[in-house]
Amino acid sequence: MLQDPSLDGRFGEFGGRFVPETLVPACQELESAFRDAWADPSFRKELDDLLRDYAGRPSILTECHNLGKQLGIRLLLKREDLNHTGSHKINSVLGQVLLAKRMGKKRIVAETGAGQHGVASATAAALLGLSCKVYMGEIDVQRQALNVFRMKLLGAEVVPAVSGSRTLKDAVNEAMRDWVATVEDTYYAIGSVMGPHPYPWMVRTFQSVIGQEASEQCHSLLDGKDPDVVVAAVGGGSNAIGIFSGFVDTKARLVGVEPAGGAAVGKGMPGVVHGMRSYLMQDEHGQVQEAQSISAGLDYPGVGPEHSYLASIGRAEYPSVNDQEVISAFQVMSRSEGIIPALECAHPMAWIIREAPKMQGQTVLMNLSGRGDKDVAQMMEILDGQI
Amino acid sequence: MSTDIGTLEAYLRKKRSEGHKLVVPYITGGFKGWTDAIRAAAANGADAIEIGIPFSDPVMDGPTIQHASETALHGGATPISILHELRSVDVGIPLAVMCYYNTVHHAGHERFANSLREAGVCAAIVPDLPLEESGLWCAAADASGIETVMLAAPTAPDDRLPRIIDRCRGFVYAVGLLGVTGERDTLATSALTLAKRLKAITEMPVLIGVGVSDAQQAAEACTIADGVVQGASVMRRLIEEDADAVGEYIAEVRKAVDQC
Repeated sequence: MLQDPSLDGRFGEFGGRFVPETLVPACQELESAFRDAWADPSFRKELDDLLRDYAGRPSILTECHNLGKQLGIRLLLKREDLNHTGSHKINSVLGQVLLAKRMGKKRIVAETGAGQHGVASATAAALLGLSCKVYMGEIDVQRQALNVFRMKLLGAEVVPAVSGSRTLKDAVNEAMRDWVATVEDTYYAIGSVMGPHPYPWMVRTFQSVIGQEASEQCHSLLDGKDPDVVVAAVGGGSNAIGIFSGFVDTKARLVGVEPAGGAAVGKGMPGVVHGMRSYLMQDEHGQVQEAQSISAGLDYPGVGPEHSYLASIGRAEYPSVNDQEVISAFQVMSRSEGIIPALECAHPMAWIIREAPKMQGQTVLMNLSGRGDKDVAQMMEILDGQI
Repeated sequence: MSTDIGTLEAYLRKKRSEGHKLVVPYITGGFKGWTDAIRAAAANGADAIEIGIPFSDPVMDGPTIQHASETALHGGATPISILHELRSVDVGIPLAVMCYYNTVHHAGHERFANSLREAGVCAAIVPDLPLEESGLWCAAADASGIETVMLAAPTAPDDRLPRIIDRCRGFVYAVGLLGVTGERDTLATSALTLAKRLKAITEMPVLIGVGVSDAQQAAEACTIADGVVQGASVMRRLIEEDADAVGEYIAEVRKAVDQC
């Protein structure tokens, strides 16, 4: 099992609670409410029921026979793309919005990159009767127009973040500014294993259902064995930590794939932004750099603190792939398996394709954390005339 | 831990003991005309100046100071260039910096504290470094003689305020409202409520900042608090006009608070 953070919210040297004083009591209240809820069987049952009857869990495990044969590996996909709303984000959001209700909050704010967390938040808020405002970088509003419309259909208000790089980083800033002003009646539903303590730990706890299921499913399929390699995309890192949580005690290689233009672990150094100390892409003066990725969901210069910790102790590795490799993997997966992946998940797929010659005969489990419908319009533009 | 009263606190206490309310304008370092604005503010009755070191992700700031920060960064301002320029600014009143924690963390605690001292700065305000995370920085700041101003927010329960005050140096920064920096039509009632709670438990100067938007609101804040910090209303004048407009505004605030 992944370890719990220390009382001051640290995974090793990473994490913490670097927030304006106004938000400290709210983070403390949230930590205590989460501990209380997680220990309460009635809360756990309510969440499990929603995950099963509303989100469609457990998600299945699919073996990719065609691609596996082509690549000379055994390739398994954990199908989080088949969850309600189309990604793993619903796992955490159902937990968080249930918790918000339990805490008596009336309103949800969330940030979103590709829009998957925004859609999941809007969905959970609609289901559970809370109002919802989603901040989304202005550039992402343009490249993910479909998800913007979905959020609006679900009754959420979508506010473009027009400051800074106008992507996920700035959507987080705007959501935090909103929360500073509305903290008394508002719950901030953070979309990844990032932010101030207890968010990285709490979101990981909600996402660990992915790893638990995958572990059991692998044991059943592989005669009690574990896969040799477990791979997932890493932006903030919630889908990766979710699947890693089921295999951290095994001998499996854990691989988090970052975009080349947003490689916080690969190219960053420890820094503090968005409430946490973690690897962060920054310039020589400590200004946070703008990430550049084809995938709005991974377009983030930081990473969740537990990933920084797993990297620092050598338990997980964080290679990167470039946009060209991703565009190619997106098409390979669609044609070979009939599965259109989210651009985020085309990152681990690209890594697998690149590294397959070194993994011949091995079993590779990849978290397919989201479906690619949202990316089709963007890919139509990129692949214009090439298909 | 040293509990000697530092330069900023001694200066503000002395002014207060003379029956004076405290006016502390905020000016974004590196923004066009910023050193002239410091001089103009000092010449027109400011008691200390808070200089912002711009950061890429200022989560406690609203649109005006975000704009000033972005503009300064695009103009090439860095923490080093700002502190370097400050060395040539001697206005005879204490200078503090406001910076986000990554600026401190990136430079290194001791190195940053020393660089402030060498630039003639006597205090620091780090709005995303709450009490529980402040130990390393405060130790380095204490050792360099830099006073760390702590923020107290309306959301703090009663048992938290004395702990904040214990760790605070210079003055207590009472956050006037729930929200980020920026001008508002009226002074929030939370400002006076928090100032009252703080004044009841400390002799340290209590200044209200965030949402103190004009001379009249400053005077209202000073009916309870020892003074005010004003940022967005100052920076709007520097953005839209010039350093002279900042000077005129500070004179107006000075006059209003002196009458209360």
